[in-house]
Amino acid sequence: MSPNVLTLLPEIILTLTGVIIMLAEPLLPATSSRKPLGWLAILGTLAAGLASWYQTGFGTMHSFFGTIQVDSFSIFFHLLIAAIVLVTLLSSLDYFEGHATHAGEYFALTLFGATGMMLMTCSVELLMVFIGLEISSISTYIMAGFRKGQASATEASIKYFLLGSFATAFFLYGIALAFGSTGSTRIDSISLGLTTTATPTLALLSLGLIIIGIGFKVSAAPFHVWTPDVYQGAPAPVVGLMSTAPKAAAFAVLLRILFSGYPSYEPRWAALIWVLAVLSMTVGNLGALMQRDVKRMLAYSSIAHAGYLLVAYTAFPADGIASACFYTAAYAAMNVGAFTAITQIAGYQERARTIDDYTALALKRPVLAAVLGFFLLSLIGIPFTGGFFGKFYVFSAALHAGRVWLAVIGLLNSGIACFYYLRLLAALYSRPVTENDRVDAHTTVTVPAAIALTLTAVATLLLGIAPNRILGIAQHSADVTVHPNPAQPGADATTTSASR
Amino acid sequence: MNIDYSILTIITFVPLAGAVLLALLPDRGRIQQWGALLVTLITFVCTLHLPSHFDYTAPAGSFQFQENLSWIASPSIRYHVGVDGLSMWLVVLTGLLAPLGVLISWKAIDNRRKLFYILFLLQQVAMLGIFVSLDLFLYYAFWELSLVPMALLIATFGRTENRRRAAIKFFLYAFIPSAILLVGMLWLYARTGTFDYPQLAALAATHDISSSPTALWLASLAFLIAFLVKVPAFPLHGWLPDAVSEAPTAAVMVIAGKLGLYSILRFSFGIFPGQSHRIAPLMLALGAIGIIYGALMALVQKDLKRLAAYGTLGHVSVVILGIFAFTVSGIDGGIYQTLNEGIGGGALFMLLGLLYERYRTYDMREYGGLAARLPWIVTMFVLTSLSVTGLPMLNGFVGEFLVFSGTMQSTVANHTGWTVLATASVILTASYMLWMIQRVFYGDLSRRSAQIDAMDLTAREHLALWPLIALFLFMGIASPVWMRAIDIAGANIATTVNRSQAVTVNMDASTRNGPATPETALASTKGTR
Repeated sequence: MSPNVLTLLPEIILTLTGVIIMLAEPLLPATSSRKPLGWLAILGTLAAGLASWYQTGFGTMHSFFGTIQVDSFSIFFHLLIAAIVLVTLLSSLDYFEGHATHAGEYFALTLFGATGMMLMTCSVELLMVFIGLEISSISTYIMAGFRKGQASATEASIKYFLLGSFATAFFLYGIALAFGSTGSTRIDSISLGLTTTATPTLALLSLGLIIIGIGFKVSAAPFHVWTPDVYQGAPAPVVGLMSTAPKAAAFAVLLRILFSGYPSYEPRWAALIWVLAVLSMTVGNLGALMQRDVKRMLAYSSIAHAGYLLVAYTAFPADGIASACFYTAAYAAMNVGAFTAITQIAGYQERARTIDDYTALALKRPVLAAVLGFFLLSLIGIPFTGGFFGKFYVFSAALHAGRVWLAVIGLLNSGIACFYYLRLLAALYSRPVTENDRVDAHTTVTVPAAIALTLTAVATLLLGIAPNRILGIAQHSADVTVHPNPAQPGADATTTSASR
Repeated sequence: MNIDYSILTIITFVPLAGAVLLALLPDRGRIQQWGALLVTLITFVCTLHLPSHFDYTAPAGSFQFQENLSWIASPSIRYHVGVDGLSMWLVVLTGLLAPLGVLISWKAIDNRRKLFYILFLLQQVAMLGIFVSLDLFLYYAFWELSLVPMALLIATFGRTENRRRAAIKFFLYAFIPSAILLVGMLWLYARTGTFDYPQLAALAATHDISSSPTALWLASLAFLIAFLVKVPAFPLHGWLPDAVSEAPTAAVMVIAGKLGLYSILRFSFGIFPGQSHRIAPLMLALGAIGIIYGALMALVQKDLKRLAAYGTLGHVSVVILGIFAFTVSGIDGGIYQTLNEGIGGGALFMLLGLLYERYRTYDMREYGGLAARLPWIVTMFVLTSLSVTGLPMLNGFVGEFLVFSGTMQSTVANHTGWTVLATASVILTASYMLWMIQRVFYGDLSRRSAQIDAMDLTAREHLALWPLIALFLFMGIASPVWMRAIDIAGANIATTVNRSQAVTVNMDASTRNGPATPETALASTKGTR
């Protein structure tokens, strides 16, 4: 029995820490600082990360009646999620200080959300995935509206909740149809059931519904409409979390479902993903061009990045996983970093909103501006940053799979994308026409936030200079997740014909 | 261990170390300037190691001072650097222009010095990296990196309110074609399994990259267009006037010309020799049109910097004309002219910067009759414009003469007409330069010139200008010193391209009869993965 429990050790640690924080919250006097609870949450996250690391010794292991599978793929995402949550907690430790007395709930909710996300990545049973998805979604719904009393925060929360529940319903419906068609909700059984099913149309429909459900979670176009409003209204550290960790988990689920659940339907879903990827990149980038609000702009940019990531999925089988994993990690590092910097610049009241508010930040807070600039360069995809190698691997995987046009569209899109990042970057470094009073030169970056910024910046830089190690881990997780098709020569044939 | 193996790494990364050092030093007094000057001087001294230890007997097409280490295992990316006759003098030139750039910015940059010199040094790293990289990926990394410091320099230290727009325009113009260049590179990698330039060039020479002419054409265009934008060649020069008129002097000195021209000579000609030869008639036309267009546009400018920008367009077009003639003297002249452009253009922009520091305007109508007050500046100005217009005994003459005679002997279609046109337009270059001198320095003393009592050259400015002026003369008289290395590279490029042309014709004939050539490149891709 004991190894069974060990497979869920990180989730258990996080849940327990969250519960303790929830219990401790009302015991603390209403006026006292909630920071100790934050530190407790950080400790819990660290412990969960260590527990995931400890799981590497297990190899591939199933438990809980085959619903949970711990392998290097799940551990990769566990560690990634733990890292994102850790940085988010560090950056928001002082965020609520003096503004909200319910900060304890925030820390607990973050941990519960992380539990759900982690559960998603190690489940190989669709209903289990659904449970994880719900756990993570519900906590993010609440966190989106955490700046209570602000209309935009409430709007964000309600919008996210309504549309999110709708999308989850699609996902659930997809699971039901998959069960109806193949007789199982276990991913590996689905893949077997597909070969003998009497209702392939139903199976295809189930796949379509599942893709819609996950497409919403990763904010891929055309399921992206909620993103800008929610990102604009939610607190900046929450957006940093929301735009990376649940997305990473959802992408991991999508990888598992597509690559090991429906591999035989590859030609059909690859076409679907192709369309989603192109739409997301284009809609995201064109949308971002129009924005003056920095958070909205980054919301559209996250749609575009979901599109780049989806490009990797068309590179079936093994190249795709490794590059998608790498991209997720790189995107997480730079985006969480960017939002951490924005949290520090704008503060709880979000005084600096539009691009113009960031004008001449480099004069007042040179280090912070340099760090934000570095993350923006990484988002553009300038060499020697994680963002560059992310794009590089994704598009080289696509080209290797013979998707030349997808790569061309994607890279042209990254050309468009550089325009809006650059606008912000140029604003940071240009002299103001009139005195810019939106950014405060006197506030200093707190120590935990400085640690968070350093961690993300170093991670972004390392991913850009020495990507070998992370890519090796990603490659390894790809190898265990998917038992590649025996039809290897077929894949090469597409390379030859399509690249002409 | 011999220093030859690591000298290029030292040259490339000394400025980076310098930038980190400056970031740690406070922005107080003249610390930043002296620091930057010291770093750039050290770099320059290191670059001088290259010509003094260059092996002129090495076989053509080989690289020297190579360092080749594994960087990333999969995809196989190596840290491979090396120089040959083509890149060696460009590295030295880049090394030389940097300390001069620091000297010329000494007073012009009066606030946020720290940021300026850090960006300046990073720009230096990127440029040196471009010239020494022999791994396509490494090269691309430096290529993209070179955009960032320049765009930030323009955005931060631009002259007018237009600076933000100019910076973004500069960046977009260069970045979007670079994205397509990346597709081309990744495609090459998917075919061959390597980013290593010498290997790719060898594969190209034996026609082993791909048997599909369409794919090769598209890839070669992806490369060429990205490079032509950076040069910039007519009609892709839209970013040049804005960027030049905004950017601070030290940045303008390196903004155009050598990076793009070097890349065409190295990568377009090396990896796609057949395609380059096929497109040569078009490029000759663009070159010739660019010379005339640049000169005509320069004639009508009222802003001194815009005039110099269009002048630059004309000068780089001369190089385009020369290198696409595919004769040894055309390519040699092109490379020589690339160096000249760096020196002459650098000197011209420095002098304009000096005038601006004194009179706070680039508007030519505000000037007039300065010759009597600023004897040294006018002397330097005249010398520079004589060099740029190609007066015999000065460096411009050597380059232009080689280019035009090389183009005349070319076998590319329509070469005679374009050469005649281009050669005739030298007169236009002379006219806008001399007319500018006449308007700025002679004639009646203008009101602004009369009001402002400006000093002639200071010792620091003398120090910044004299090396370039001396080079005008030396490179005009003792051109063999430079030509020796250039000629090895130039002859090699000409042979490669012309040979590929000869073989391509045969191949076309043979493929029409025989079966299609098998995909050997794909087989090797499979093997390596």
